[in-house]
Amino acid sequence: MATTIEAPRSPYSRAPRSRGINWEKWGWMYMRASGLVLVVLIFGHLIVNLVLGDGIKAIDFAFVGGKWSNPFWQVWDCLMLWLAMIHGANGMRTLVNDYASHRTTRGILKGALLFSVIVLITLGTLVIFTFDPCPAGAPADLLASFCPAS
Amino acid sequence: MSRTETGTHAPGSLAPTGKRPQGTLYRGREGMWSWVLHRITGIAIFFFLLVHILDTALVRVAPEAYNAVMSTYKNPIMGLGETALVGAIAFHAYNGIRIILIDFWTKGPKYQKVMFYVVIGLWVVTMAGFVPRHLMNVFSEVGH
Repeated sequence: MATTIEAPRSPYSRAPRSRGINWEKWGWMYMRASGLVLVVLIFGHLIVNLVLGDGIKAIDFAFVGGKWSNPFWQVWDCLMLWLAMIHGANGMRTLVNDYASHRTTRGILKGALLFSVIVLITLGTLVIFTFDPCPAGAPADLLASFCPAS
Repeated sequence: MSRTETGTHAPGSLAPTGKRPQGTLYRGREGMWSWVLHRITGIAIFFFLLVHILDTALVRVAPEAYNAVMSTYKNPIMGLGETALVGAIAFHAYNGIRIILIDFWTKGPKYQKVMFYVVIGLWVVTMAGFVPRHLMNVFSEVGH
């Protein structure tokens, strides 16, 4: 039996939306806008941390100390943290809506997502901006070369 | 290959042309697989992100604590996991740009299938550059 498929994007009429902010639309916009920025931020992150120099071999406390003593990388990583956590959690929300069939399950899962976003964004932001690259009393050979102890 | 070759169906109509059910332009084709891969890679990246924020937070605990967790990332098995993670990120990034083009570019829907193969091509090139570099770093660390 032949099935006729309507042309994609054919206009259809619907009842006018109720007033108020269309959150789903802005969530949809956010995924695309943040996605583009994240491509730049994460590819930069991967190139600097895994490709240039000795790659993963070079990553240790002193490496992080060197990066986060520069406001440029603090802002870079903080932006990446916020955009990626919200992008990821909103994507997971879509999956929960698609696959969790019970209202209570959806509520619990989305509550867990919201909780993890708030906790991890708070934790990550505090870590980036309260980080001390030269903690007192730490062994000098573990610290960046610019630390007075080393 | 045109679906109207048999001449029995008007353009724009679909009919079973073989043994496989073909009620859709979507099922089992590029559109579906890019969607499936986008979901799977997205989930994997999200759970890695949760762990990655926590492991990085150890810099605030002690240099020794951070270096201890980083040494586990330098293990060869973890190195293969990182390769898979970068593969997932590269696919999600390129396919995400494809989705944006389908949504906002007038000709996007027309070229969605071509763009899927462009995504695969870019992914292969990216991985060809990244994998040898990363695995050399990971495996030269073994025994140190």
